[in-house]
Amino acid sequence: MTVQDTTRTDDARVRYEPQDGVLLEVEDLFVEFHTADGIATAINGVSFELHQGESLAILGESGSGKSVTAQAIMGILDMPPAVIPSGHIRYCGQDLLTMPEEQRRKTRGPEVSMIFQDALSSLNPVFPVGWQIAEMFRVHRGMNKSDALQQAVRLMERVQIPAARERVKAYPHQFSGGMRQRIMIAMAIALDPAVLIADEPTTALDVTVQAQIMSLLEELQEERQMGLILITHDLGVVADVADRIAVMYAGRLVEKADVDALYASPAHPYTRGLLESIPRLDQKGQTLAAIGGLPPNLMRIPPGCAFNPRCRMAQDVCRTDRPELREVAPGRLSACHFAEEVIDA
Amino acid sequence: MPEVVLSAQNLVKHYPIKRGVLRRTVGHVKAVDGVSFDLHKGETLGIVGESGCGKSTLGRLLMRLEEPTAGSVTFEGQDWSGASARDTRRLRRDIQIVFQDPYTSLNPRMTVGDIIGEPFEIHADVVPKGGRRQRVQELLDLVGLNPEHINRYPHQFSGGQRQRIGIARGIALNPKVLICDEPVSALDVSVQAQVVNLMEKLQDELGLAYVFIAHDLSVVRHISDRVGVMYLGRMAELGEEDEVYARPTHPYTQALLSAVPVPDPTLRGKRDQIVLVGDVPSPANPPSGCRFHTRCWKAQDVCSTLEPELEPRADGHGEHLSACHFAEPRLVVETVDVTGIEPDDRFVSTDTDDLVDAGAGLGAEGGGEELDSGQAEDRARPPATEDTPQVSDPTRVVEDTRDNQG
Repeated sequence: MTVQDTTRTDDARVRYEPQDGVLLEVEDLFVEFHTADGIATAINGVSFELHQGESLAILGESGSGKSVTAQAIMGILDMPPAVIPSGHIRYCGQDLLTMPEEQRRKTRGPEVSMIFQDALSSLNPVFPVGWQIAEMFRVHRGMNKSDALQQAVRLMERVQIPAARERVKAYPHQFSGGMRQRIMIAMAIALDPAVLIADEPTTALDVTVQAQIMSLLEELQEERQMGLILITHDLGVVADVADRIAVMYAGRLVEKADVDALYASPAHPYTRGLLESIPRLDQKGQTLAAIGGLPPNLMRIPPGCAFNPRCRMAQDVCRTDRPELREVAPGRLSACHFAEEVIDA
Repeated sequence: MPEVVLSAQNLVKHYPIKRGVLRRTVGHVKAVDGVSFDLHKGETLGIVGESGCGKSTLGRLLMRLEEPTAGSVTFEGQDWSGASARDTRRLRRDIQIVFQDPYTSLNPRMTVGDIIGEPFEIHADVVPKGGRRQRVQELLDLVGLNPEHINRYPHQFSGGQRQRIGIARGIALNPKVLICDEPVSALDVSVQAQVVNLMEKLQDELGLAYVFIAHDLSVVRHISDRVGVMYLGRMAELGEEDEVYARPTHPYTQALLSAVPVPDPTLRGKRDQIVLVGDVPSPANPPSGCRFHTRCWKAQDVCSTLEPELEPRADGHGEHLSACHFAEPRLVVETVDVTGIEPDDRFVSTDTDDLVDAGAGLGAEGGGEELDSGQAEDRARPPATEDTPQVSDPTRVVEDTRDNQG
C-alpha cells in the first residue's frame, strides 16, 4: 500500500458486471515453476467457470495444483519461479492476466478476495487485528481512521467475535485459531467481494471449530450472494458445502460435476478411488480401500493419462493418449477414456 | 476379554509455567490430569480429542518419554513409573512409538537400514549382529517396502513410505504395544488408507496392541476396538467403538461427533448438528467441577462444583464409562453396518504393499517418489545411494552426505 491509495475513493473503481451470471472464467490455464532442477508443470490446462452465488469446490491432494490455481486467480504467485505461459483468467469478462497491475490490484479485495489456511502467518503480528481489518477501508475506500475502525468492529461482530469492541485492539497472538480464522474472514469480506476464494480454510482447525467456521462461511455467502471457491482435500467438507465439484489430479481437472451426482456415481477412477479410501464416521465394519502408489512427480508427468500408473483400469490407450475433459453425461465432465464404464459401475 | 498388557492408573502430568528473572513457577499447565485405562492384548484403543486435550502427552507418558507428575503405568502387571534406567530400557523393548510427522522423526543423515536397525544397537541381544541386515530387509518387506531400498535415505521416500519406515522401526524389537501418535494425519487420503490397512495387517500378524492417538474421529472409529474421548486432560468417555459412536452419553462426545463432516451430500442439513460455543478453556486454568460445563448446554449448578467420575452409566443398551452427571444417550451418527461389503476392486485395492514398481511413470529413475511439488529440489539429484559401497559394518553407513544438502 502506498500513500496515494488512501486518497482514492470508491468512485474511481471500475464497474464490473457479471456476464450471463458468470463471475469468473478460467480458460486453458497453464502454470509452470522454473526451478534449477527443471520445469514443474503445476497447472496443465485448466478451465472452469464460477457463477454468481455458486459454491465451487476444487478438490485434490497435495501437489494437485489446487492452491496454485487459487494463487493464479488472485495474482499472488511468486513470479519467478512461477510462469504463466498461456491461459486466461477473466473476471466479469476482463482478463486479469493482461490487465495493468494497477488495475488488477484494485480488484483484490473489492472484487476477488481470499482466505488462507494458516491465519496466524497470514496476519501481521505487530498490528492490532482491528487496525488490519480497518486497513481495507482506509486503503480502498479512503476512510479516515476512526470510521474505518468503526467498520472493523462491525465486521468483527458480524463474524461473531465475542466482545468485538474490546478486542479490536488485541493482537493476532491473543486469539485462538478459530478466532483468527474469523478475523481473516472479516478482512476478506470487508469490501463486499463478488468472489471469495477459501484455500483450506479449516484444515488447521479442530473439528468443532471447523463446523463453526464452515457454517459462518455458508451464511455469509448466502447473505452476500458471493461466488465461493472452496479449495480443499476434505471430501466431508465438500459434501456439506459445495454445489459443484472440480477434482484435480497432477495439474489437470479430471472430473467436474454437481455434488450429488459426483458422490452418487463418480465418473473418474481417481474420484472413485478417493471416495472408497476415506474411513466414514457413519460406517461400521468398513473395508478400507486404497489407491496404490503415489501422485506423479510434476517434472515427469507420465504420458497419456497422468493417473494411468495408479489406475487399475488402465489400458494401452491410457498410456499413450491423454484423455480430454469431455461431457460423459448431462452436466458431467470426466477426463477418462473409460468414463462411461466408471459411471455405470 | 484378553489379558491386560498396559495399564494407566490416575496418570497426571503438570508442566510448570515459569515467569520472571528468577523463573519462578507461577502455575501449571495441566496437560493430563488423572487418566486411567487398561489396554488388552492385541486390541486397539483409540484416543481422540481436540488439540490441547492432552492426548499426545498421554502417549509420551505411556512410553515414559515424560515422567508423570503422579500416577503410574504398569506393563504386564509390573509398575514401571519408578523403574531404574536399566529396567526402563528393557521395558521399552515391549512398548514402542510411531510419531506423527514422517518428515522430522527420521534422521535425514541415516539410511533406512540404519534407522530401522538402530533399535538392535541398543538391544543387542534381540538379533545377532550378523543377522541384522537381513532382519531389517524382512521388516522392510513386512511393511510393504522394497527390501532392496535398504541403503536409501529418508528424503528419497514419500510421506507414506516414510511412515512405513517409522512403523518398521517401531516393530523391529517385536514389541507388545505400539503407541501411534497421529500416525496418518500428515498423509493424503489415498495414502492414508494404505497405511491404515498396513497397521491392521501387522496387528493381525504380530498380535500387537495399539494405542492409536488421533484427532480424526472417522479414522479412529475404523481402526479401534475401544475408544477414549479426552477433554482438557481428562477422559470424558470410554467404551467399545460402538458404544462411543452409536450411543454416546457425554455431551462433549456428542458435539464432537456431530461436527465431523460425512462425505455424503444427501445427508446435508439432515444430521443432528450440535454447535458448541466458544473455545476450549486454557489447560492452565481449567474450569471447576466438570471441565466441559462452560460450553455444555446441559450444565447445571452441580456441574460447576462437583467433578463427575468416569464410571459406568446407562447408554440405553447397556452401560459404559462416561464422566457426566447427566449422561444420556443421543443418536448423533446414524451408523450403517457395511461389514462384508468389499470395495470395487476395479478401482481400488486392499493390498497393503507399496506400489512403487507399479508406478514406473512416477519418476522412479531418481530413486525417490516424492509426494508434493514443494520438494522438487530433492528429486533431480543422481541416484546416489543405489550403488553406495558397502562398508564393513552394513548397519552403519554414514559416510555419504551428498544427498543431504549440508
